[in-house]
Amino acid sequence: MEITFLLNGETVALTNVKPTTTLLDWLREERGLTGTKEGCNEGDCGACSVVVQDVDGQKALNSCILFLPQLNGKAVRTVEGLSAQDGTLHPVQDAMIKHHGSQCGFCTPGFIASMASAHANGATDYDNQLAGNLCRCTGYAPIIRAAEEASAEPVPDWIKDELPPSPEATSMQPVSSDALARLYAKMPEATLVAGATDVGLWVTKSLRDLKPVIFLNRCADLTEVEITEDAINIGAMVNMNTLREVLTPYFPSYAEMLRRYASTQVRNAATLGGNIANGSPIGDNPPALIALNATLNLRLGDRRRSLPIEDFFIAYGKQDRLDGEFVESISIPKQPDRLKVYKISKRFDQDISAVLGAFNITVEDGKIAAARIAFGGMAATPKRARHVEDALIGKAWNEETIANAWKAWEQDFTPMSDMRASADYRLEIARNLLTRYYLEDLGAQTSVLEVQP
Amino acid sequence: MSVSAPLPHDSAHLHVTGQARYVDDIPTPKGTLHLAFGLSTIARGTIEDMDLTAVRAATGVRLVLTASDLPFENDVSPSIHDEPLLSEGEVHYLGQPLFIVIADSHMNARKAARLAQVTYVEKTPILTIDEAMAAGSHFEDGPRIWARGTADDAIQNAPHQLNGSIDMGGQEHFYLEGQAALAQPQDNGDMLVQSSTQHPTEIQHKVAHALGMPMHAVRVETRRMGGGFGGKESQGNALAVACSVAALITGQTCKMRYDRDDDMIITGKRHDFRIDYTVGYDASGRVQGITFLQLARCGWAQDLSLPVADRAMLHSDNAYLLEHIRIESHRLKTNTQSATAYRGFGGPQGMLGIERVMDHVAHALQMDPLEVRRANFYAEADGGPSAPQSPAAQASPPEGILVRKNITPYGQPVTDFVLHDLVDQLCESSDYAARREAIATWNAANPVLKKGIALTPVKFGISFTLTHLNQAGALVHVYQDGSIQLNHGGTEMGQGLNQKVAQVAASRFGVAMSAVKITATDTGKVPNTSATAASSGSDLNGMAVKNACDLIRARMADFIGSHPDYACAPETITFKGGLVYAGGQELTFADAAKLCYENRISLSATGFYKTPSLEWDRIKGHGRPFYYFAYGAAVTEVVIDTLTGENRILRCDILHDAGSSLNPALDIGQVEGGYVQGAGWLTTEELVWDDKGALRTHAPSTYKIPACSDRPDIFNVALYKNTNAEDTIYRSKAVGEPPFMLGISALMALSDAVASCGAAYPNLDAPATAERVYHAVQSVQND
Repeated sequence: MEITFLLNGETVALTNVKPTTTLLDWLREERGLTGTKEGCNEGDCGACSVVVQDVDGQKALNSCILFLPQLNGKAVRTVEGLSAQDGTLHPVQDAMIKHHGSQCGFCTPGFIASMASAHANGATDYDNQLAGNLCRCTGYAPIIRAAEEASAEPVPDWIKDELPPSPEATSMQPVSSDALARLYAKMPEATLVAGATDVGLWVTKSLRDLKPVIFLNRCADLTEVEITEDAINIGAMVNMNTLREVLTPYFPSYAEMLRRYASTQVRNAATLGGNIANGSPIGDNPPALIALNATLNLRLGDRRRSLPIEDFFIAYGKQDRLDGEFVESISIPKQPDRLKVYKISKRFDQDISAVLGAFNITVEDGKIAAARIAFGGMAATPKRARHVEDALIGKAWNEETIANAWKAWEQDFTPMSDMRASADYRLEIARNLLTRYYLEDLGAQTSVLEVQP
Repeated sequence: MSVSAPLPHDSAHLHVTGQARYVDDIPTPKGTLHLAFGLSTIARGTIEDMDLTAVRAATGVRLVLTASDLPFENDVSPSIHDEPLLSEGEVHYLGQPLFIVIADSHMNARKAARLAQVTYVEKTPILTIDEAMAAGSHFEDGPRIWARGTADDAIQNAPHQLNGSIDMGGQEHFYLEGQAALAQPQDNGDMLVQSSTQHPTEIQHKVAHALGMPMHAVRVETRRMGGGFGGKESQGNALAVACSVAALITGQTCKMRYDRDDDMIITGKRHDFRIDYTVGYDASGRVQGITFLQLARCGWAQDLSLPVADRAMLHSDNAYLLEHIRIESHRLKTNTQSATAYRGFGGPQGMLGIERVMDHVAHALQMDPLEVRRANFYAEADGGPSAPQSPAAQASPPEGILVRKNITPYGQPVTDFVLHDLVDQLCESSDYAARREAIATWNAANPVLKKGIALTPVKFGISFTLTHLNQAGALVHVYQDGSIQLNHGGTEMGQGLNQKVAQVAASRFGVAMSAVKITATDTGKVPNTSATAASSGSDLNGMAVKNACDLIRARMADFIGSHPDYACAPETITFKGGLVYAGGQELTFADAAKLCYENRISLSATGFYKTPSLEWDRIKGHGRPFYYFAYGAAVTEVVIDTLTGENRILRCDILHDAGSSLNPALDIGQVEGGYVQGAGWLTTEELVWDDKGALRTHAPSTYKIPACSDRPDIFNVALYKNTNAEDTIYRSKAVGEPPFMLGISALMALSDAVASCGAAYPNLDAPATAERVYHAVQSVQND
């Protein structure tokens, strides 16, 4: 492939790029820019973070699972390019020295990239901004002190890049969903790459040779969000941070789950379509979307079809998707917000859920008028708790009804034990999350995240 | 004087600009080859057939080596030669290296390594503590047993008794920089090895044996590590040896770094332990007698497990006077990764055992656990809690009852116990009593969420328990322009050792820090070094550097004093503020150096230090293994959700004793980071093996170290005003490991929160994941 982008302010034009070359390997092995580190090679530690600027602005991304073609037409700054050419340090670099924010220093370049990106965007929710950067030495406290101090400093002008002119379209990087549809219909054996936060690991961990590869990142129309009178239509390429912003006014609990979904870097890359299309039983969006009765819009060539999203997931590793068919968008019907999404994991931030429960229960006159309940991590697919719903609907909204639904949980779910949680714990917690939903409805405080010292 | 100044890390500027070089960042010659290990896929058995045809034929592969291809020793053990670099037919754990792929790129080596066709004759692996106990699978001849007094009688005769057991998981080091080594062949087959290691001398030693050469043929250099935490004390041997052998055979520079998953699957971790206890106590919670059964899962090779298990025994008293005690320690051999050194080196496990006992006893007596802890504290040091004692006073302690009683289970007097005062200060600064009351009120009003609080102390013994390791060397050069280059045997892994040692050198010569340069640790400059471990880095190397500096300074003073322009007694000459004051005159340090050079005075010296007063018999469990103790205490407040077990730390207050700190900024960094790492060990960091012996948590996607938001919302850390009673470098105290154990307060706070859910004792095991907290809540509620 041919691509053009800016690297630390300088134009880089590459030809014959192997599509699955990661930015990290290219920086370190081809460019000798070894400031950016490999800590895990799967997007979980953030040591490889860089700042990428596109039409939406600057964002931190994990370069270890970022393929070079995803950068086409964008600008990249590595740690080496965050200080000025004369050596003047970026304010976050200065503050990190002053506050003793580095010890071994290996995670530091990644932190600097994330901090510089947050700084450029005026973001001060550091626990979220830095959730994707692991540090084993400092305990984070001095890094936060540094970030806070640097926030008062202006954004240095040298880190803002003029984006290069939009590159020519290339055969494997279509620039519209129409072009994608034509290409993929002709080449259904291709691997689609959206954010590469999952596919990236097929390369770096499973060591697979992917070919052919179609990149979706230039299909601008797939990143559109349309809000109509009765629905929120979300393009498949909308990333998780954008989705969080979109959903905050409508479904704040869903948005709060997205705050904890992976990390800032991963959310900046990961797409809604990807999280659905990969069919994972532990993807966090599908249960929430099932609970909201969302519709999945698929496309094969010029043919489009829609289906309730829960029908997409047939069995483990098997989805209702034809060869050459792709997720084009997702439609969430507007509705009064009764949705609560509960993410249970070993660590609050940047962890895959052991159990993800989404509850959408409508209560009228003290009775349960409607209930849509769906779970991730409880079965081979994201799955609705239909027996539980049936046990609730039409009953009084009280503890007795919840207790009476006890058996229904076992009819819906036979979870498994793995490194994240035991089967018993999963089932018991699923039950208890309904209790949590009920108690929250009564006004009880149930989230440890909301407790202040 | 630069000593005691809160200077930043010497590499801070390089860190934040990405210019600090780690092993994988070093530019390598064209043709450099890359290595990867092929790993076993079963936990125990013998290799029936290993077909490497596809591996050899894979893209970019130059050479594949198996055990029979190794020219000399096939061993990377740091202890008893029981750890072959490559399997010789026996498989001892899942992930054991079987062969080496040497290829033109890291990726090609990794890809090829997966193509082997290996068939095994499988045996049933011994994976758990129970399986190892049932099979009698031990290291050493059997359990080590140390005793003082008559524990069984004392327990029986006590007014109350209880017993219990705590399981505590191991811990992955998760140094951000994985293991890495680079070997470059030199003249005559000599080898230059650059290694991410805490122990360059060990690397030199193992590489020399693997190459069949004397140690003088191998030079090992370590500029810095991207974190160590004990995980690079012995675990780097395999990579360095593999690279050196490959470099010898191919004549090319060879590099190896583990992919993160390989790193976690291959290398050892913290030992997981089960500790059973039986204790007799009185109405005040004072322990009358106690027995511990410590079961340590050591993995397949001995590595450093004996001293780790010893140190666990040595910390089963923590801060408490236990006059009648028996400790029985089993070092269990299992078909898992060979557990290794990890910050605290067994100390945390032993200490958690007695802290669990304090918590359990307090619960049985319905007392504030802090009162039980205080009732059991060692007595205050004679002459006040923090009074430094003269060496003479220590040599012959006064005959006071308190001092006579202040004897550890292993016979070492505790002469400088400061925890009474330190804990009093911490209680006040953290408002412990009022917050404990407020939490009880809060819990009464909240049915779903419960808070908990705990204060736990730390007393940690400083010195290698293998006495001969307590030595260090240094090499100091003063150049004729007055600049100073220094080198010592310690390694930099982020702790700021180089900066602290440079501060010592700058202080000895009275010059600015900019005059001092520290260079990479190099076995060619300082030989026969010990690992940078056991928190000993500054204590040992600081003293060795001081010794070298003082030798040079004395030569300079002798000469200048004898010089007709200055004519004065050498001992009246002072070095301060970049100047040398002599005979009522002054000259710059640079001029003094030049003058000495021109008059043929040697301006280079080696320094040496060995820790005094140590005497230790590890079989009897008696003597003075430690030069001194470091102290600290932490108060942690947590909140749990009784519906899910989700939990988090709300606040932590710490007061820690670093003696007279060489650099308070770096020391506070160690305390903050140590606490969070310790709390991670006991909360979210769970290692899970399946029933085949496969580690299921082998990447950060599944193994969860604390992330940014897991640090306490309120995090108050201060250093306790103290000076080391012993004559350490500027009376400072070691600070690398001790703060790690402050994290125990997080587990005890969780136990406190769970205890508020019912009458039964929580018996909370570690790591206290949401699932374990949930089950503990259930057991307390349903009891």
